[in-house]
Parts: sequence; structure tokens; C-alpha cells
Amino acid sequence: MALTLMKGSEAIAEAAIRAGARFFFGYPITPQTEIPEYMSARMPEVGGCFLQAESEVAAINMVYGAASTGARVITSSSSPGVSLKQEGISYCAGAQLPCVILNVMRGGPGLGSIQASQGDYNQAVKGGGNGDYHLITYAPSSIQEAINIFSFAFDKAEKYRVPVLFLADGIMAQMMEPVEMPEMVDFKVDPEKKPWAATGWKPGDDPAKRAVINSLYINTEELTIHNNNLQAIYREIEKNEVMYEAYMTEDADYVITAFGTVARIAKSAINELREQGIKVGLFRPITVWPFPYQELAEASKNAKALLDVEANEGQMLQDVKLAINGAKPVEYFGHCGSLMPTTDEIVAKILEMKEGK
Amino acid sequence: MSVVFEKTSYLTDKPFHYCPGCNHGIIHRLVAEALEESGMGGNIVGVAPVGCSVFAYDYFNVDMLEAAHGRAPAVATGVKRAKPDSLVFTYQGDGDLASIGTAEIVHAAHRGEKIVTIFVNNAIYGMTGGQMAPTTLVGQRTTTSPNGRDEAWCGAPIKMSEMLSEVPGAYYIERCAVNNNANILKTKKAIKKAFQYQMEGKGFCMIEVLSTCPTNWGLSPVEAMKWLEENMIPYYPLGVYKDKGATK
Repeated sequence: MALTLMKGSEAIAEAAIRAGARFFFGYPITPQTEIPEYMSARMPEVGGCFLQAESEVAAINMVYGAASTGARVITSSSSPGVSLKQEGISYCAGAQLPCVILNVMRGGPGLGSIQASQGDYNQAVKGGGNGDYHLITYAPSSIQEAINIFSFAFDKAEKYRVPVLFLADGIMAQMMEPVEMPEMVDFKVDPEKKPWAATGWKPGDDPAKRAVINSLYINTEELTIHNNNLQAIYREIEKNEVMYEAYMTEDADYVITAFGTVARIAKSAINELREQGIKVGLFRPITVWPFPYQELAEASKNAKALLDVEANEGQMLQDVKLAINGAKPVEYFGHCGSLMPTTDEIVAKILEMKEGK
Repeated sequence: MSVVFEKTSYLTDKPFHYCPGCNHGIIHRLVAEALEESGMGGNIVGVAPVGCSVFAYDYFNVDMLEAAHGRAPAVATGVKRAKPDSLVFTYQGDGDLASIGTAEIVHAAHRGEKIVTIFVNNAIYGMTGGQMAPTTLVGQRTTTSPNGRDEAWCGAPIKMSEMLSEVPGAYYIERCAVNNNANILKTKKAIKKAFQYQMEGKGFCMIEVLSTCPTNWGLSPVEAMKWLEENMIPYYPLGVYKDKGATK
């Protein structure tokens, strides 16, 4: 198939539609506004629904409503807007509603900036909303990878009945890359496959099939059982769904850890360092939840030290350290806000580590 | 023996958790009967709020969703857009609809969302134990207005039916009460009309129902009904505030 040059936000939106998404609820916010703009034109063409909500709060609750009917539903936003969605995301997790949420991260805290950042890692994988829950969280580092993940993201969300979160950033949404699009999936709601969904019920029908989409368990024993069920699902996801990329880690003396766009910058630095004869590799989690703890420990077992590079204060660093568990030094380099680490900076940092400074 | 009255099958057999004298029981029955009489059986989705009627999903015998506090109109929007042929309603109290959920209800009305909202106004937060609501009357004592609501400090009670009737997208807005048989019948008629409008593809409909809260008002059920008549109805006049479908 021929490659098409597409802008990240539009390619991601198209990939969602091709994966069967027919409902989009969202609110404009830079740097992801091209996603709702694209959806507003494209959804009617495929018989879908684009609706601009009055707020991100409303948008995620519209997702809750539409997902309750078994449909494939998506919303997108950027950091401050995703903060507003946290209430609804927690409810979706509690009520076990499959759906997909995109966070095109920008600088924070507060209004921050409109440039790319990775400052929402902790919000994405350590909580966000209230209660004990997780989202399958993908952090693609190229537009093509985001498209590829979309082709199974809804399947995963539906298989486990958990919301899926895409953690992208402003650079990925705004840049253009040649991509290959998959064919359109023919998705239809199957009430047999989704007996929990509100697909139609009346008095006299099987009482077990009446939909009650709910996250309230007022009885503490029942809430504990519900949470134990959720935890069992999360353990299953941890077992089956970890994704990562290991690049030149086999012989690496230094392993760099990075995710998303920053991992691409790190790769350039690694290539430069390799030309200088310094053995450096990259370990890139594709799922940041579930995090590839064992895989990282394995990939860096021959390394002298690790360097975690992020466009935040070192939020993933905690997970890297958990994976390494004190076995070797783990250093950090990065910037908060929206300043991206550069190839030169990463090269300099590795040289510094090598010289034992 | 002949059956002279039967509970609608659109209510489950689960006993209500509501306090003695609370009007939710009557209003639930009216809504459930109207659902049955709509003929939409098998294609109805209800959205419950947070508040005293949070367990409405246990009582209405249809597909039910429990929404976050105030968000029922947004949740119902998602349902209706995904299932345009179904009958979709929200059931919300005054804390839910007139306080934390004002944005969602105003914009559901503004979009002309084809849903029906049953708005139960008892001028107080019931579930949390009797705090002041935006609808609490001036001078009314609650646990967060122990000296009575002070208009200078926190404003006069909000009138949602009047307010929403000014929103262009709203199709039918009526305020009712269930304090006597005549008003109960009027309320039932209003709910049925709202469902009918939705099935005809008309716009947003809201039926506000004034209701008592004997427990948190500190009154007996009979006294509470009297208080509603003497205090609530004069401030919240009953009647049709908007009806785009009315024959002129």
C-alpha cells in the first residue's frame, strides 16, 4: 500500500474511525484541536457522530453514555482538559466501560504552555481520578505506531472492559509523517458479546440482562468484591499486554530509557554515540501502564548504568528505578515545562557518565 | 376478585429506601407508568443522578445508567446520540441539576437534546443530610444555613424552569407538584407529554416536580406537604413555562 503524508492529529483521528469509532465527543484545546476538526468533517461521512461538548467534563460523560450502549467511542484533549476529564475517566473505569481517550500532552502545571511536554505521565499511570484503577496506557513514538496501536486498542478495551489512554504529545499531533492506513473495520454492536450494555431490555426479559451501568457499591463488602475483580483484570493485563522496544540494548554499556517523542531524540543521540564507539542502547516502554519492569531489568542486565530521559521532572524515573531495584546507577536528564531534551544534551550527559563525573 | 390497581412492571419489586412521606415514591410511580404507557418497552434508557434518587437504577425496570453528580444530561446525550430511536430520560434532584450540574443541563437544553429530564426539587440536599441547595428558600434553615438562608450572603433561590424556558433549544418545560390528587394527575400528564414529544423527535423537555423532604425539613409528612403549599408553590409557581408544541 502507498504511503500518505499525514499530520499526526488527522492520522490518529482517521485511524480511530478505521478501527470502528463512530462517536466522538470533545472540546477544542491546543495542540489537539485538529482532531475534533477532522472528526467534525469525517464522522458524518461514515455515518458517525461528532458532537462538540460544552466542556471536557461533559465530553467524557457523553463518552460514558455512548459507551454504555456498546458503541466504540473516543474523546481527545490536551493536559488541562484531560485533568477535567479525570472524574469521568474514574467513573468509566469503575463502571467498566470500554472507550478510548487521547491526551496530547502540553506543558504544565496549570495552563502551562501549548508546546509538547510529558508532564502527565504520573497522572496517566499513577492515578488521575479517584480510586484504585488503571487504564491501558499506550505511549507511541511515531504516527505510524499510533495508527497501528489503534487497530487493536478498542479490542483490548472491550476484552478487558477498561478504558484505553493514548499518551501522545504536541509534537506528534502537529508533525507530518508518511503513513500507511489500515482498512476500515466493519464494527457493529453485538448484544451477545456485550451483555452488560444498554442494548434494549423490557420487563419480562431475562433480569440478568437488564443493563445497570454503575460504579456505586454502597455496601463495603460488595465494593471490595468489585475492586478485587478489577484488580484481577489489571493483573491479567500486566501479564498479557506489556509492549516495549529494545534498541541496541544487547551489548550496551549504557541503556537510555525514554518514551514517546523523547525516545526518538534519544535514538539520534544513541546513533551519534555509537559512531564514537560508545555502546548505548534504548529501552522504550510502549505501554507505560502496564510498565515493562521485568523486560527493562532484562534488557539492561549487562549495562553499567542507565539514563532516564524525559520532558518532565523525571516521572517515569520512579518506574525505571523500581525495575532496576538498586542493582545499578540510574541517572536522569530532562527538562520540565515544554523544553525538549536535545540530541547534544543527551550525548553530553552520556559522555559525562562515562567519564565518571 | 377483580384487580382494581396494579403496580406497573416498569418499577422493580425492590422496596424504596426513601424516607416516610418523601415524594420520590409518587414521582417514581408516575414516571414508571408513563414509561409503560409510552409503548417504548425494550427501548428505554434512564440515567440516575447522585442524591437521594441515586439508587433509581434499582427501581426503574429498564436499562439504567448511574451518572456522576450533575452529569446525567451529558450521559443521556451520549446515550441518545448512540441510540437515537430510544426513549432516554434523566431523573435528577435540585443539588444535582441546579448546582453542580448547571452546565450540563443548560447545554443539553441549548442543543435541543432529545431527552426528558425529571427534575425533583425539594429545596434541600437530602442524601447528605439537609444542606442548603441553590433552591433553598430565603430564611429556610438547613445544616449549612443554620440561621436561615441569607439572600444578601448567598443569593435568592434559583428558578430552573423559568431559566431553561429562555434557552432557545428547550421545547417543553413545565413545573408540577404532587401535593394533591389533581396535581398528581397533572404531573403524570406532563411526564407523558414530554415522553410523547421525545418520541416525535422534538427537542429538550423538562418536568420540574416540587417535592417534600420531611426528614430534613424537620416536619411530619403532612406538615411538609402544607409547608410546600404555603412556601414553595408561591415562590415556584406551577404551570407550563414553555411548550413549542402547544396548539395556538
